Amino acid sequence: MVRLITHNLLACHAKGCTTNNFPLQFKDVSIELREAEFNPEFLKGFMPRIEWKALVDAARQLGDTTLPSEMPEMVDDEFLKNLHHALLEVHVEEGAMVCPNCNHVYPVSNGIPNMLLAEHEIA
Amino acid sequence: MSRPELQAPPELYYGDTEAKKYTNNTRVQTIQADMTYRALELLNLPEDQPAFLLDIGCGSGLSGEILDEEGYHWVGVDVAPSMLEVALEREVEGDLFLQDIGQGFGFRPGSFDGAISISVIQWLLNAETSHPTSSPPHRLTRFFTTLHSALRNPSRAVLQFYPTSDDQIQLITSIAQKAGFGGGVVIDYPNSKKARKVFLCLFVGSGGAQQVPKGLEGEEEIESGRAKFEARRERSGKKRDKKRKSIKDKDWILKKKELYRKRGKESVPNDSKYTGRKRRTVF
Repeated sequence: MVRLITHNLLACHAKGCTTNNFPLQFKDVSIELREAEFNPEFLKGFMPRIEWKALVDAARQLGDTTLPSEMPEMVDDEFLKNLHHALLEVHVEEGAMVCPNCNHVYPVSNGIPNMLLAEHEIA
Repeated sequence: MSRPELQAPPELYYGDTEAKKYTNNTRVQTIQADMTYRALELLNLPEDQPAFLLDIGCGSGLSGEILDEEGYHWVGVDVAPSMLEVALEREVEGDLFLQDIGQGFGFRPGSFDGAISISVIQWLLNAETSHPTSSPPHRLTRFFTTLHSALRNPSRAVLQFYPTSDDQIQLITSIAQKAGFGGGVVIDYPNSKKARKVFLCLFVGSGGAQQVPKGLEGEEEIESGRAKFEARRERSGKKRDKKRKSIKDKDWILKKKELYRKRGKESVPNDSKYTGRKRRTVF
């Protein structure tokens, strides 16, 4: 159940990996679409926290190309619907996330990413 | 029986059978639900905005279910795979992570509007290996510093836990303060053995302007009623005020008589040592 909303907040937390550790890259993923309740208030409140480029790249990688490359200044209903779909309805079920800096692999199985670190990787 | 955190690390203790047992136990369910509601109350989120919360040690999603009901979006982390499996079966709405909170979070700064944690951080107090990163202070430091940065400014984190001693509370609060948190410990029902609950109420930002809420008092909460917040206690406090003084005491009587005399009223009784004195019960 990795949705893009959480993917967009997730950086690598291994020891010494402090720069260029965001966003994690998806690898060999399979996705599932599940409907979620549309809540425009929540989306509007959440928008300032989104790292837009990372979201658009991740969404395109997963085959969703409805989002514009720049965050639009005017928010209309259709845009919010697209954003809602990308953020909350696309679930990554299997695969892995790879840190672009230290290449640490976080495997995703059954929708749950394994964020555990080995002893020597703990900061 | 000794406490679970002394028997085995959480990912082993909550194996498949224990995870099922824990989740299906109605007593555990009600206690967890009550504590989740109380934690949300202490979190004191603005009412009209839907918030994005972090559930630390979400387990099988007993607390997550309540977050769903209340309309929050949330992310849960837990270290026990079996518990997460149960959570998947129960189809909770939030995103789940397999993560050891003692290793720290990898969330970007300012990600969450708040964090709750029900019966979890006592698990951080036991060392599992002799490696330096496995010592409780190190794990607590890592936990609190990464949690602090993952939360928005201003926001709150409410962590309910079961300490075995005051030293443990001391250790945890001092490390939380070093990590930059304000706030303190809220104890509900401090005099009850069963109902006593310890909440660590931590604040991010706003220069210590926020007040630590008061704990609930009295022996135990009433069966059906949930722990209500503060208003109820204040009312009961007022009832216990000292006895009201009578208005019509000797001074008042003397004042009135003086007034009547000044107005020239006839037959105002003379003042004496008996004026305004209480009558004997038998006369």
